[in-house]
Amino acid sequence: MFDFLEGYDLLGAFWATVQLTVYSAIGSLIWGTLLAGMRVGPVPLMRTFGTAYVNFVRNIPLTVIILFSSLGLNQTLGVKLGGGEDFDTINFRLAVLGLIVYTSAFVCEALRSGINTVPLGQAEAARALGLNFGQVLQLIVLPQAFRAAVNPLANVLIALTKNTTVAAVIGVAEASLLMNEMIENEAQLVLIGAVFAFGFVCLTLPTGVLMGLLGKKVAVKR
Amino acid sequence: MTDVTVAKEDAAPVGDLVVLKDVNKHFGALHVLQDIDLTIARGEVVVVIGPSGSGKSTLCRTINRLETIDSGSITIDGKPLPDEGKELARLRADVGMVFQSFNLFAHKTILENVTLGQVKVRKADKKVAEEKARALLDRVGVGAQADKYPAQLSGGQQQRVAIARALAMEPKVMLFDEPTSALDPEMINEVLEVMQQLARDGMTMIVVTHEMGFARSAANRVVFMADGRIVEEAAPEQFFSNPRSDRAKDFLSKILHH
Repeated sequence: MFDFLEGYDLLGAFWATVQLTVYSAIGSLIWGTLLAGMRVGPVPLMRTFGTAYVNFVRNIPLTVIILFSSLGLNQTLGVKLGGGEDFDTINFRLAVLGLIVYTSAFVCEALRSGINTVPLGQAEAARALGLNFGQVLQLIVLPQAFRAAVNPLANVLIALTKNTTVAAVIGVAEASLLMNEMIENEAQLVLIGAVFAFGFVCLTLPTGVLMGLLGKKVAVKR
Repeated sequence: MTDVTVAKEDAAPVGDLVVLKDVNKHFGALHVLQDIDLTIARGEVVVVIGPSGSGKSTLCRTINRLETIDSGSITIDGKPLPDEGKELARLRADVGMVFQSFNLFAHKTILENVTLGQVKVRKADKKVAEEKARALLDRVGVGAQADKYPAQLSGGQQQRVAIARALAMEPKVMLFDEPTSALDPEMINEVLEVMQQLARDGMTMIVVTHEMGFARSAANRVVFMADGRIVEEAAPEQFFSNPRSDRAKDFLSKILHH
C-alpha cells in the first residue's frame, strides 16, 4: 500500500523541516525577546521601532518575506549569508532568516502578553532596590514573563513548524517540496497528503503537549 | 506650623536626611501634592496620616522617585534626587521601600528575595549575602521560611520578608507605604512590632499608615495631610489629644470614635 514511498527520502525531507524549525525558533526567540525589551523599554525611539517592526512584519504574508529574502537580498543585493556558491545552503539560510524576521514579531507579542501578567509592583520593588532597567527586565520581569508565556510561545512554535513549508517557494528541500514532487509523480494523492499531514502532526503534537506540561511546571504562583 | 522634634533615648547623629521643598505634582487635572515642605531628621520616625486620596502615598513614592514631581526639590542626605539612570539607581539602593502589597519577587525564594539586591546592586559575595539574609530573616521572625516561595507565606510573613529585603541594603531611610493595609487584622501586629523595633534601633522612617496606635507609640512626629497639602505637623501626643486644624479634628473624630 505504501510502496509509492520507495525512492523518496521522506525522513531526509522532514529532517530539513526540523532543522529549519529549530534554527528559526532559536533566532526568533532571541530577536523577539530583544523586540519585546524595546517595546516595554524607556527609550521612545526603541519603543517606536519595536512597535513599527511588529506591526509591519506581522501584516506581510510570510511568502512575500521569504521571496524577498531570495529575490531581493540574494539575487539583487548579492547577500549569500556565508553560503559561498552552494545554492542549497544559501537558500536554506535565507529561509531561516525570513522565518526569523517573521516569527520574531509573534514571539515579541507572546512575550509582551507574558510581561503584562507581571504585576507592576514587581518592577517597582526591583527599582526600589536600586536595580537598573536592564536588571529589572532580566532578573525580575522577563523570567516571570517567559513562565507565563510558555503556552502562547508553544502556539508560535507550532505555527513556525508549519510555516517552514513556505521555504519551498525558494526551493529549500523540506517536507512540502518533496510532497509537491510526489504529487506530480505518483497517483496516490490522498495517501501522500495523509502521510505528510501525519508527519507534521508527529512534530507538532508532542511540542504542544510538552510545552503545556512545562507551562504548568514553571507557572509562577501568586 | 512648628517643627516638633522629640529627642530619642538613643539619639542618632543629628542633621536633615530628607528635605522636600515646594514639591508639586499633578495627576492630570488633579493637584495631588501642593507646595509640600517637609524635613526629616536623621533617626526620626515620621508618620503620615490623612484621609484616602490626600496624597500621602504619592508623597512617600516621590521620595525615591517611583513618582516624578512637577516642581520643587527633594534632597536626600544633602544630595538632590537624580533624574534617571545610574545615579538614581544608586540613590534608591540607599532608600528602603516597603509596599502595601509586599511585592516580593514571586519567582524567587524568600532567601533569594533578600540576597538579590545585595548581590546585584551592592556586589556582595553570595555567601556573605546569604548569611546576612538569614540573620535578617531571623530578626523579623521568618528564618524558618527561607527556602519557600512568597505565595506559600501568610501576608504578615511576606511583609516581614519585604522589610528584611529592604534592610539588607542597609538603607539610610525606610519608606513604608501603608504596610499593614493589605493584611488580615490578626497579622497587623506582627508587622508593627518589627517596625517598632526598627524605630527603637534608630532607623529613619517615613510611614504612611492608618495605624494610630503605631503613630502614638513609635512616631516622633505626625504629619497630617488632606487634599494634597500638609495641614498639620505635631508630636503624636499633641496631635491626637489636641489637634489644631478643623480638618484634623474632623478626621480624628471619624476614626477614633468607633
